[in-house]
Amino acid sequence: MTAIGATLRQELIGLGGIVERNVYLTKRYLLWDIAFMVWTIANTLTIVFIARAVHLSPAQENELATKLLVGAVIWAFLGIIFEFVTETVAWERWEGTIEYTFMAPLSRTTHLFGMGAYAVLYGLIRATILFFAVALFIGIHLPNANFGAALALLGIASISFIGIGMMTSVLPLVSPEKGAQLGFVAQGMMLAVSGVYYPVSVMPEWMQSIAKISPATYALRGDRASIVDGAGLAWADVWPLLVIAVVAIPLGLGIFKRGERYAKKHGKLKRSG
Amino acid sequence: MSSFAASKPVSLPVRRDVPAVEVRNLRKEFRRRDRRAGRFARRRMPALSDITFTIKRGECVAILGQNGSGKSTLVRLLSTLLINDGGEARIFGHDAFRDTRAIRQLVNRVSVEASFFKKMSASENLSYAARFYGMPPSKTRTEIPRILEAVGFPADRRRESMENLSRGMQQKVALARALLTSPVLLLLDEPTTGLDPRSKLEVQEFIREVRATHDATILLCTHDMAEAEALADRVGLLDRGELLFLEPVEDVKRRYGVETLEQAFFAATGRAFEEEAHEDDEYREVFG
Repeated sequence: MTAIGATLRQELIGLGGIVERNVYLTKRYLLWDIAFMVWTIANTLTIVFIARAVHLSPAQENELATKLLVGAVIWAFLGIIFEFVTETVAWERWEGTIEYTFMAPLSRTTHLFGMGAYAVLYGLIRATILFFAVALFIGIHLPNANFGAALALLGIASISFIGIGMMTSVLPLVSPEKGAQLGFVAQGMMLAVSGVYYPVSVMPEWMQSIAKISPATYALRGDRASIVDGAGLAWADVWPLLVIAVVAIPLGLGIFKRGERYAKKHGKLKRSG
Repeated sequence: MSSFAASKPVSLPVRRDVPAVEVRNLRKEFRRRDRRAGRFARRRMPALSDITFTIKRGECVAILGQNGSGKSTLVRLLSTLLINDGGEARIFGHDAFRDTRAIRQLVNRVSVEASFFKKMSASENLSYAARFYGMPPSKTRTEIPRILEAVGFPADRRRESMENLSRGMQQKVALARALLTSPVLLLLDEPTTGLDPRSKLEVQEFIREVRATHDATILLCTHDMAEAEALADRVGLLDRGELLFLEPVEDVKRRYGVETLEQAFFAATGRAFEEEAHEDDEYREVFG
């Protein structure tokens, strides 16, 4: 086997190892995950019930409930991705394994992609359960929904989400105490400008400009069109997501590597808190 | 006890014509808050000051030092977890700060804390660690039970969560994790600190066994003088970031005209080894 082939094989085995580890941990924390799922469903219900309170016609109420549900589900999905990728550092530091992981011969690119890949898989399963649980509870009718297109768009958007997650995952390296929480600030800000529960057009001009570079804008717009109107995968939503991904992934890796260098220079790789 | 030698190394870029470790004028300092100088004041604390030494292939070298002497900083620099501020370090000819991927293939480490995913079992933790070194499931299925048996870990506890294991058991798994990847340089940072006497003797016996059966060079950092004397070919003394000597124990005793390493420490530093660390030593500690 050539040197490149051997390296590639080692990286793939390492990537599999990260996914495998997360499967073990998900199994161990399954009951906690179920409890967290219940909380997410309750939280989503508090948002979707708003559609019932505004006294619209049944059809309009159903449409508004669906749009709110899509927003809440994407919020939850994004939360899982950010949580997993950010915990690349925070969780390992808490367990004390971070130094062993960072001194292993695995590229940081593979390491972060492994975390991202599992996050997407796990997030999609949770998002699906959340969507149908709330839709059933509220009694939302989805006669035209194109679930395949909605899922495919979410998958494409995930690449950009992982890239942005990589940028925020560096925060616990820079600030061991508060860095992880700052990742959630980034998530909230991204969704606020992306029209999570409202159309982008209701926001001030400057916020609408920022919305254009947020991948969540296109994921929300495309998924609402697929679920409410049965629209297929629209190129108008796909190409901006691909462009953002092409920029976000290398940028995220670059930022993480700079953060890692900073932590190694200043002795901040391992610290409790 | 089973041998460690059967463990197959991943393809390692090991050069045979160079020393295992070459450290020249290695320097590391940290910026730390200086409470005495004001709320926002910071000062630079040298953790290692111009350290120079070499270790031959297959040699076991012990570095003695009190808390805050710079032992862990040295281990972290050699395992690519810290970036130096000056000087150089080479492991089998590879630059420890530039050629990090090669270094990571060659080196593994056991530290004072066992450091595992506590909810995962010994087997799961080892298989996670092994994947990073390119060991596929087909290999770890046989290698993990073998290495766990070699370190004396009971077979019926392999699937138990780490959080249910004693400190001694966890340290055995830590040793197994390091040996699983067949490192040619093994960095042992206080591997027996906090262990009960029996576990301590067992771990020391494993270290001897590794030396006898495995092509490994060992750097042992410890504050246990008896352990250093029993295991190492040469003993070094790191004091407040400076390497005061590194030579065979008998030469150390002869040099200072003393009977024990404790007396040698006193002769070299003017302080008793058991003496409480100075406040500056706390500043010198890498990680709080």
